[in-house]
Amino acid sequence: MNGPGLIIESSPHWRDRDTVRRIMARVLLALVPAVLASLYFFRLRALLLYSVTAAACLATEAAFFRARRKPLGSLLDGSALITAVLLAMCLPPNLPLEMAALGGVVAVGIGKQVFGGLGHNIFNPALVGRAFLAAAFPAAMTTWIPPNTLAVDTATFATPLADLRFHDALTRGTLASIGDLFLGNIGGTLGGTSALALLLGGAYLLYRKTIDWRIPAGVVASISLFTGVFWLAAPERYASPLFHVLSGGLLLGALFMATDYVTSPLTSSAKWIYALGIGLVSGLIRLFGGYPEGIMYAVLFMNMFVPLLESLLRPRILGERRGRR
Amino acid sequence: MKRRTFRRGIHPPERKATAGKPIEVLPAPEKTYVPFLQHFGKPASPLVKPGDTVALGQKIGEAAGSFSSSVHSPVSGKVLALDLHPFPSGAPVLTAVIENDGRDAPAGEPERPADPFALSPEAIIQKVGEAGVVGMGGASFPTAVKLAPPPQKTIDTVIINGCECEPVQTGDHRLMLESPREILWGAELIRLAARAGRVIVGVEDNKADALESLRRSAGGRGVEFALVRTKYPQGAEKMLIQALLRREVPRGGLPFDVGVVVQNVSTAKAVWDAVSRGRPLTERVLTCGGPGIADPKNLLVRIGTPIRQVIEFCGGLKEGADLVVYGGPLMGLAQSTLDSPVIKSTTGILAFAAGRPETELACIRCARCVDHCPMGLMPTRLAGLARFDLVAEAEKWGTMDCIECGCCQYVCPSRIPLLSWIRLGKSRVAARKSGKGTA
Repeated sequence: MNGPGLIIESSPHWRDRDTVRRIMARVLLALVPAVLASLYFFRLRALLLYSVTAAACLATEAAFFRARRKPLGSLLDGSALITAVLLAMCLPPNLPLEMAALGGVVAVGIGKQVFGGLGHNIFNPALVGRAFLAAAFPAAMTTWIPPNTLAVDTATFATPLADLRFHDALTRGTLASIGDLFLGNIGGTLGGTSALALLLGGAYLLYRKTIDWRIPAGVVASISLFTGVFWLAAPERYASPLFHVLSGGLLLGALFMATDYVTSPLTSSAKWIYALGIGLVSGLIRLFGGYPEGIMYAVLFMNMFVPLLESLLRPRILGERRGRR
Repeated sequence: MKRRTFRRGIHPPERKATAGKPIEVLPAPEKTYVPFLQHFGKPASPLVKPGDTVALGQKIGEAAGSFSSSVHSPVSGKVLALDLHPFPSGAPVLTAVIENDGRDAPAGEPERPADPFALSPEAIIQKVGEAGVVGMGGASFPTAVKLAPPPQKTIDTVIINGCECEPVQTGDHRLMLESPREILWGAELIRLAARAGRVIVGVEDNKADALESLRRSAGGRGVEFALVRTKYPQGAEKMLIQALLRREVPRGGLPFDVGVVVQNVSTAKAVWDAVSRGRPLTERVLTCGGPGIADPKNLLVRIGTPIRQVIEFCGGLKEGADLVVYGGPLMGLAQSTLDSPVIKSTTGILAFAAGRPETELACIRCARCVDHCPMGLMPTRLAGLARFDLVAEAEKWGTMDCIECGCCQYVCPSRIPLLSWIRLGKSRVAARKSGKGTA
């Protein structure tokens, strides 16, 4: 029992056990149902896309670590793998693999590492990769194949939202059923089709308090409200809010993209505005814009406002009186 | 019923293993080391010199001005030296080394008022000040100063704080079980001194037996009892006031700004001892425990006892225990030496194995520090501003409102030393302000 050998550190001396690595592991675990669903619906294509984006994202991350002389062990923090899975999930299942690889390089390289790596990027990396691909390869990014469970003519196959927007599906009565939308028995991006699988993963993250409920709640509430007004006014021209929530990867965006810690706000009030903004912008794009989907651009658009929202909306400090100058 | 509480905060493991162990008396050591600074404010001025003989409870340091407190000898014996000696907060402090003659000879017949409750507020405050009573929950603010707010402030409510929200510690818990009447009598004296109407005792709901013990002793007198939710830092003044009264101490203000004075249960008992029996504050109850202590105990310890002796009485440090802390695991002060003495504010002496330091990662903006800050601050932002030395910005974002509870750093998954950065920011803001003041 001696003085020397005692450790000096400032308080607090205890730490919660949760770490960044554990958080990332939980997010990956929450993505498992959607990954399984995509393997079920798109079989080999899903496996190939996940492998290619994972290899591209991890290799890009490793190259940046190398250049910055950082230990490669950080590759295992899970963040690049999450980006890879999310990127693959928002690609068309039959996208040529070299395009998917390029998307992975852009997602991690331009979307994340040029800003300084984990924690420093402004935009959601996976969505940066997807936005790049949408601009570079517009045809390939809007060519869809049906899931293995659906026997249809592949030549004219489209996603439910494209059916709605470009093929007059509502009046012709060819719009996908809510049941098919819920299960994922529809055309669409690799991981964005099965609402059920996404909700399972999202529920887990909410239960573990890994993501803030305000963000998915705000996104869903806002797009429901926006599309609901039009639907109530003219149900023969506009699809129901439920259709909009279950289609076009909205739940993928609301539960897994918009909730990305790094690119979403820190405070509750800013989170509400951010989430409501995402729902509104994606609603605007779907009803009046040139794209049938819109959640991707909505998230990227609102990512941009995060620093501003945080600067304007400082939370009230205990004992602070507001409303006086 | 939903228990009252404050907003945000954390739920660390409680680990209050010594809650069932009665308070034992630690024999007075052969030598005591009594610092002249054991309180918030100016050090006391020494009244003794080496070679002097002192009686038990004799005043050896006089309060230096109004923001100070007197210091008394915890034993009878001889003053060996006045010297700089290791002190819990790190920098050595002028300390009286007193050799114990083992007789515990008092200075004379103590003054015992016939009816302590008939004393005037001024007389109570005078006796509390004379006895060197300070806040024993850890802050060590001179109690006499706290009981006499500026004349324009009125106190309507006295809160007796029995939260003991730090993990591991159980000293206050035991005191509430073993000396409930003294605590309540002290609370009544505090109410009289502060000229307040209400007394509320607040206890966390993991110590319902302690509240029951107090309630039984009160016998229906006009004291209110409230269980509050077990959550850290429930025992912080601002949090307890918010939980019990729904009042918010204004930014930069003190509890008396909302008509409240908060006193810890140990302090209440010390007030009773001081006023009813003329007994100065020379001993206190503390917990010596944690996983690094062989036989954890609740102890009544003389002020000035080196912590080495306290730890030895509890079976010594276990193999691998390399972190010894004054206070609790969340706000405690780590020690480099076991020569430091127990002082008036020592709520606990805890030992842990520090564990390997973890690699710090970049902030991933998970917002946990924001979601758990009881003051409503944005710790990750404050830490970043301090890191880049943006002093004015740090002040604007409320860095001076930080109560240093450590919730932010506790929850941070990136292992960022948030509180250390915020402390740096606070000291920069303070330095800039004092610089302005003198210029």
